[in-house]
Amino acid sequence: MDGDNFSEISCRESLPCRLLLYGRRKRDSPTTSAGISSHSSLARSPREEATNPQLPYLFRPPSTILSSTCHTEADIISTVEFNSSGELLATGDKGGRVVVFQREQESKSQPQRRGEYNVYSTFQSHEPEFDYLKSLEIEEKINKIKWLPQQNAAYFLLSTNDKTVKLWKISERDKRPEGYNLKDEDGRIRNPSTITSLRVPVLQPMDLMVEATARRVFSNAHTYHINSISVNSDLQTFISTDDLRVNLWNLEITDRSFNIVDIKPANMEELTEVITSAEFHPQQCHTFAYSSSKGSIRLCDMRQAALCDKHCKYFEEPEDPSTRSFFSEIISSISDVKFSHNGRYLMTRDYLTVKVWDLQMENKPLETYQVHDYLRGKLCSLYENDCIFDKFECVWNGSDSVIMTGSYNNFFRMFDRNTKRDVTLEASRENSKPRAILKPRKVCVGGKRRKDEISVDSLDFSKKILHTTWHPHENIIAVAATNNLYIFQDKVN
Amino acid sequence: MINTMECAVDAQSLISISLMKIHNSRTQRGGIKLHKNLLVSYVLRNARQVYIKEKYAEIYRMQQYEEVMTVCNEIQELNPLDLDAEDADDEEQARAACCGEEASLCGSACHRDAAQPAAHARTASALPGCEEDCKEPEPSYYRSCCMEASPVSHCDQFPANSSAHCNKTTVLDLDTHVVTTVENGYLHQDCCCDALQCGQGAQSPAKKRKVEFGCCVSDVEEVSDFTAARKRAKREDCSYSHPDYTDTSNISNLISIFGSGFSGLLSRQADLEQICSKQVLASLGAWTRAIVAF
Repeated sequence: MDGDNFSEISCRESLPCRLLLYGRRKRDSPTTSAGISSHSSLARSPREEATNPQLPYLFRPPSTILSSTCHTEADIISTVEFNSSGELLATGDKGGRVVVFQREQESKSQPQRRGEYNVYSTFQSHEPEFDYLKSLEIEEKINKIKWLPQQNAAYFLLSTNDKTVKLWKISERDKRPEGYNLKDEDGRIRNPSTITSLRVPVLQPMDLMVEATARRVFSNAHTYHINSISVNSDLQTFISTDDLRVNLWNLEITDRSFNIVDIKPANMEELTEVITSAEFHPQQCHTFAYSSSKGSIRLCDMRQAALCDKHCKYFEEPEDPSTRSFFSEIISSISDVKFSHNGRYLMTRDYLTVKVWDLQMENKPLETYQVHDYLRGKLCSLYENDCIFDKFECVWNGSDSVIMTGSYNNFFRMFDRNTKRDVTLEASRENSKPRAILKPRKVCVGGKRRKDEISVDSLDFSKKILHTTWHPHENIIAVAATNNLYIFQDKVN
Repeated sequence: MINTMECAVDAQSLISISLMKIHNSRTQRGGIKLHKNLLVSYVLRNARQVYIKEKYAEIYRMQQYEEVMTVCNEIQELNPLDLDAEDADDEEQARAACCGEEASLCGSACHRDAAQPAAHARTASALPGCEEDCKEPEPSYYRSCCMEASPVSHCDQFPANSSAHCNKTTVLDLDTHVVTTVENGYLHQDCCCDALQCGQGAQSPAKKRKVEFGCCVSDVEEVSDFTAARKRAKREDCSYSHPDYTDTSNISNLISIFGSGFSGLLSRQADLEQICSKQVLASLGAWTRAIVAF
C-alpha cells in the first residue's frame, strides 16, 4: 500500500491486509488467538524461559482497578515502536515490561510464514518506585521506547517511565564456553587435587538465548513526568522531555545531563502551558521541535545558544473564535509531534485533528485532517469520562505519503496526503479473521444509518487506539488496542 | 466568547466536575499530573467566566428595570445632551455594576457552594445567592463603574454598620432550590470600596479601565491567563478570614495540587491585579469553603 495503490484499494473497499494477532500475555492463562500458529511462542518461548522467566505478580496498590475483561491493567500496551530496519518491534506496557518481536526470515520451506513477527525477548524494564521525599509513587508504566540504529550484532533501545530512562542491550548468545579447568559443567568448583591435566575451554553451540541487560540508567533529571524521548541523528545524544523541561544526554554519560529548554515560570501560578512532546530532526542533529499544550510547536536550533528557550520557528494556527467552547484549550493541546522521514514536514495530533506543517510555513498548517469530528458535539461527556485527555499518537509511513492515527472503538484512520483519500479501519478479533482483508468502517453522524455503519452513540470509548507505528520501509503497521497488539501487512501471499 | 450552546452540561456542573477531577488527581497513582490539571483549570476558568457573565446579566436585568424607570423620570426634565443627565445615567449604571458585581460574587459563591454538596451543610445558609438566568451584559456597564467616583455615594446609601450589611438579596440555594431573602454585606462593601479605588487609581485610557474592571469582576484570567485561577486558589488560603476556614492541612494540600507556594503572592502582582485582588478575594469565599470540603 504505497501512495499509488492506496486510492485503488480504498475504491475497492478493501485493504489487502493479512491479520496477525498477538494477545498480551495474561498472568495466569496463555492468551489465545484464532489460527495463528506462531502465537504459541508468545506465551512460552523456550529461549525466553531460559533467560527471563516470567516474573511473579507484582504488588499493586489497592487503587488499581482490574478491568472487567480478563486482562489486568498491567497488560495494557503503552507504547509501540519499530526499529530503524523494521526487523524488530518493541512494545511497552503499564506493568513496566518490554516485549520485543522479531520478524521471521523468509524461508522457502514455509513461504506463508514470511514476515511474521514472533516474540524475541521479554524483560522487565522498570519497576514501581517510591519517592520518599515527596511521598509519591512512581509508575512503572513505559511511556516511550526508542530504538538506536544498529551498529553491531546487539540491539539497543531506550525505554522510559515517568522519571527514569534506561538503555537496554538485547543480544543473542548461541555459543557458550565449555571445558573450564577449575569448575565443572554445573559451575561447581572442582577439587584442585582432582585436576590432572589442563585443557583450553572451547565455545560450543547452544540453544539461542536472547538476553536483555540494562547498560545505562539515566535518572534524577526530571521533576515532572517524562512524556517523550528522542535519539539524535548523531547517535551520541538523546533528549528526554517532561512537562516543563527538555534535557540533553550523552548516551555514555549517566550522571550528567544538560537542560536545553526550561519553560517553568518563576512563579508557578503564571504557568499557562506545558511541553507535551519533543523530537529531534531526523537529519539535522542540531534541530529539535517541541509541542505545547496550547497547540503550538517550537523549532529550536541548539547552535544558537546553550539554552534553547528562544525558538527559531514558532508554528501556531490562530484559533477560530466561532468554535470556542469550554474545552477549546483541551482539544487544542498537541498530544504527539513527529517529523516526516524527509525532514521537511512536521505532523501534530490534537484531540480531533491531525495537521501536517511545512517547516517553512509557520502561520498555518499545510494540511488538516479531521480524525473524528463527530466527537465535537460530545466534548462534555468526553470530559466527564476523562476521554478528552487521551493522548493519541500519529505516524508517517516510510515515504511520508500516508499518515495514520488512532481513534475510539478500536478504529484507526489513515490519510493519503496525495489523493486526499482516507479510510477508517478497525482492529478487533471479531471483525477480522487471520489473513482476512480489513474492511473499511464508517461512522454515521446522524440521519439514516446504513447497514454497515456504526452510530456515534454506539462507539465504545473504552476501546481506544492510542499507539501505532509504521514499518520504516514496508507497509506493515502495528496497532495497540488496550492489551492486544495487531500487526497488519499489505502483502498477500 | 464561549459558545455554550453545544454543551449539554451547564457551567455550574462543569465547575463541580472539574473540582472533583482536581481532587481525585491528588490520590492518583504516579503523582499529580501537571498537564491534566492545567487543562482542567482552563475548563474551570471558562465555566466560571460563563457563569459570572450569566449572573451579571441577570442582576443587571433585574436592576435595570427599576433604574430605567428612575432615569426616565429624571431625564424627562433634562436635555439629553446635558452632562448632568449623563452623570445620572452613569451613576445608575455604576450602581448597577456594583450590585451586579455583588450579585456575581454572590452567585459564584453560591454556585461553588452547590458545587460541593459536602460543604453545603455548613455554608449554604450563610451564603447569599442569586437566581440563575442567561443574558449578556453590555460592555459600557463595566467601564462606568471604574470611571465614576459616584459609587462612593452608593456606599453611603447602605446601612453603615460594622458588618456593612447592605440591601437584602434574593438567595437561591442551589442544593435545595429554596429561594430566600438574605442580607449580604461583606462582599458588597468590599466591592464598592474597590470600585472606588478603581476609579481613583485608574489610568486615563478608558479602554484600560474597562479592562481593569472586567478583570476585577469576571475576567481576571483574561488579564493574566491561567495565573488568576491559581492565584485565586492561593489567595483564599492566605487571605480569607472566614472563621470556618482554619484547616491548614487543606491549605497545604491545595498548594501541593498546584505545585507552588504562595510566598510573594500579592507582592509581585501588577497594580492592576492588586486592585482586583480584593474583589476577587471577596469572591473566593465560597471557593474556599468548597475546597475545604476536600
